[in-house]
Amino acid sequence: MAFVFMEGNEAVARGAIAAGCNFFAGYPITPATTIFNNMLKMLPPKDGICIQGEDEIASMGYCIGASMAGKKVLTATSGPGISLYSEHISFAIGSEIPLVIANVQRLGPSTGSATRGADSDIQFMRWGSTSGVPVIVLAPTDAKDCLELTVHAFNFAEEFRCPVFIASNKEIGMTKESFDMDDLNLPPIVTRTPYTGNAPYVPFAADPDKAPPFLPIGGPTLVRQTSSTHGPDGYITIDPRVIGDMQQRLRTKLHDAMDRITLYEEHLVPDTDTLVISYGITSRAVADAAAALAQKGTPVSTLSLKTLWPVPETLLVEKAAPYKRVVVIEMNLGQYINEIKRVLCGKQVDFYGQMNGVLIPPAKIMETIEND
Amino acid sequence: MTSFLNTNRPPVFCPGCTHDRITKSLDAALVKLGIADHKTVIVTDIGCSGLFDTFFNVHALHGVHGRALTYAAGLKLADPSLNVIVTMGDGGMGIGGAHVLAACRKNLDMTLIILNNFNFGMTGGQYSATTPSDARVGSEFLNQAEIPMDICGVAESAGATYISRISGHDDGLADELVTAMNHKGFSVVETLGLCTGRYTKRNQLTPKVIDQMIEKRPSPGGVIEKNQRPEYGELYRKLAKEQGRFPEPFVVEKQFDMPDARRHEVVILGSAGMRIVTAGDMICFAGISGGLNVSIKNDYNITVLRGQSVSEILLSPEKIGYTGIESPTVVAALSDEGVARRKNIFAALSPETYVLKEASVDIPDTKAQVEEIDFKALKIKRTDWALASLAVLAKNELVLNKDMLVFALKSRFNEKVFNLSMETVEKIL
Repeated sequence: MAFVFMEGNEAVARGAIAAGCNFFAGYPITPATTIFNNMLKMLPPKDGICIQGEDEIASMGYCIGASMAGKKVLTATSGPGISLYSEHISFAIGSEIPLVIANVQRLGPSTGSATRGADSDIQFMRWGSTSGVPVIVLAPTDAKDCLELTVHAFNFAEEFRCPVFIASNKEIGMTKESFDMDDLNLPPIVTRTPYTGNAPYVPFAADPDKAPPFLPIGGPTLVRQTSSTHGPDGYITIDPRVIGDMQQRLRTKLHDAMDRITLYEEHLVPDTDTLVISYGITSRAVADAAAALAQKGTPVSTLSLKTLWPVPETLLVEKAAPYKRVVVIEMNLGQYINEIKRVLCGKQVDFYGQMNGVLIPPAKIMETIEND
Repeated sequence: MTSFLNTNRPPVFCPGCTHDRITKSLDAALVKLGIADHKTVIVTDIGCSGLFDTFFNVHALHGVHGRALTYAAGLKLADPSLNVIVTMGDGGMGIGGAHVLAACRKNLDMTLIILNNFNFGMTGGQYSATTPSDARVGSEFLNQAEIPMDICGVAESAGATYISRISGHDDGLADELVTAMNHKGFSVVETLGLCTGRYTKRNQLTPKVIDQMIEKRPSPGGVIEKNQRPEYGELYRKLAKEQGRFPEPFVVEKQFDMPDARRHEVVILGSAGMRIVTAGDMICFAGISGGLNVSIKNDYNITVLRGQSVSEILLSPEKIGYTGIESPTVVAALSDEGVARRKNIFAALSPETYVLKEASVDIPDTKAQVEEIDFKALKIKRTDWALASLAVLAKNELVLNKDMLVFALKSRFNEKVFNLSMETVEKIL
């Protein structure tokens, strides 16, 4: 048996390399900085490019340019950086630019606490852009997850041509831990579909439920990219039908693939009446609490969501169906609970959230579960 | 190629707008340059200058206000063979000021054409970073309270390697753009022009007045000798090639069977500079060598060699869930400020907890077993107290044993540091 020993941030960097990432641009910010540090060690020997932007906006701009030239790009930041990324997140969503954003969350609001963890940005990542077009958000629970989910994130970004967030947390990113590399379960690498048709390339022509095929800026075929409302040809349009179709496609391409994007872990115990739903670092304390409750003879079932957005609605409905009661635990004062209540409309949903810079201890979770 | 203009999308500027002339000059320049259409990209942002990418049959990227240089840099780094042209108005230059400065400092081989027409044309003629204080603009009196900036002067101090200022009506503009594009490095060409839709309605600005402005504040003349240096991309690639090998993950094999393989929580309370984090890593390596799962969290200040340094280590035969400290097996109290950081844990410690307290350190009341050790008397330097604490644990066969500790030290240190650390360890064991 052999273990590696690394923090979540290093695992994100290793996942990016495993996924074929060859461009990184970022701006230092605790607790995400060590992703940048690691990429700076890992990319040059692999002929990749790693740049420090003059600010977060520029870092995303570099990533957008590089992605449009065909690179697989990663950037990393924390809440205050996501605020600055926002205009470029909107650009990448609306103009279908593949990129992966590692958000090592810290306690907000605003500059908040640089070295205190929280799942601060769960709704912000989903809605922190103009127009409300969906994005993909994956939530790791530990270092091994950081590595695996980063590969998934790149695959999704390439396939769906959209930004994909890794919703890490200071408590994962800066915690070093051991895991067995042989236990890694990495998906096959996906790369964006190149356009191979005989007809002239129309950069945003796509099936109504798919991302358009890609050609890089700088290749032999001329490519147009624009942040403005565009038709399939990449020129500004005011045609309501064309605009409507494009807006609909941006939603449909993710929502129709929801079940395939849905990643999760479950521990379902027969004859239990409570399902505890959590994500990220909190899922680990939930697992401890569930183990302790099982020992006490009052077991519960648990569901840890690795895909937060698009909301895995089918999964939630199916998994929650047999249970009398659902308990949601979050390292904030209640963000994702709103989605769960919406999807499981009518079911008893209890909640515990904590936003004080420290991890939710298993005892607190047990108390919430036992306090029916 | 006789023209790169997109005949399907002719320029749509207001009558008399200088942008129209600059479009034609840029086309003439591209023809003179003779680079294939697919080897040029025009990058634009918001404003009337942001229409440029649609008029040309080359690659095009149009983005958010003021950020064009950032996309351009990403493209150029990703594909150094591209001829990258950025068009930007005085508006984009103002809002994207940080990117202009960074581009000048970096010196990537790109050409920035600033279309300075002294106001925000598209939104109603508001004042920009280049509007004269005495101009009449759409921002009422606000421009009277500021002064316009000299972008060429700023570019020069920021390190641009080619800078020129030229009238958009100058017959030599196409040649000037060719020279700028041929320059290997970051070129800034500030064109001065008329916004006939907004600015010239209320201000006396003509091509002649622009010529007078340039006479008064002449062009820096192209190549800026004092700023000459290697192109950023080439330098970056050269430096990147000189970097070390890819850092493979550090793998620790299971070496030992732990007789007492159970969950342990270890808290080391020290100060910055006492190598607390290194000691914490050692416990982790030792634990992994004993086949355990481990995790470590460190709490230290952003300053170096000041303030507390606290490590919290978990070792467990089971997968580690919650990474907080619940009931420590060991607490090593090695400095007062470290203890102060976690003073609340002492009252809750159980009688099974082993507290190793350096003689000089005070701790709050506790029910735990406390062993006081005078490392100073043992002639162990303060920077080695954390390491010495590990030796104490190994001696007591608590959490780790001697073999595990030696293995951990060997894994982490080179021979010289290993030998030095063993000198400290031998003083205890």
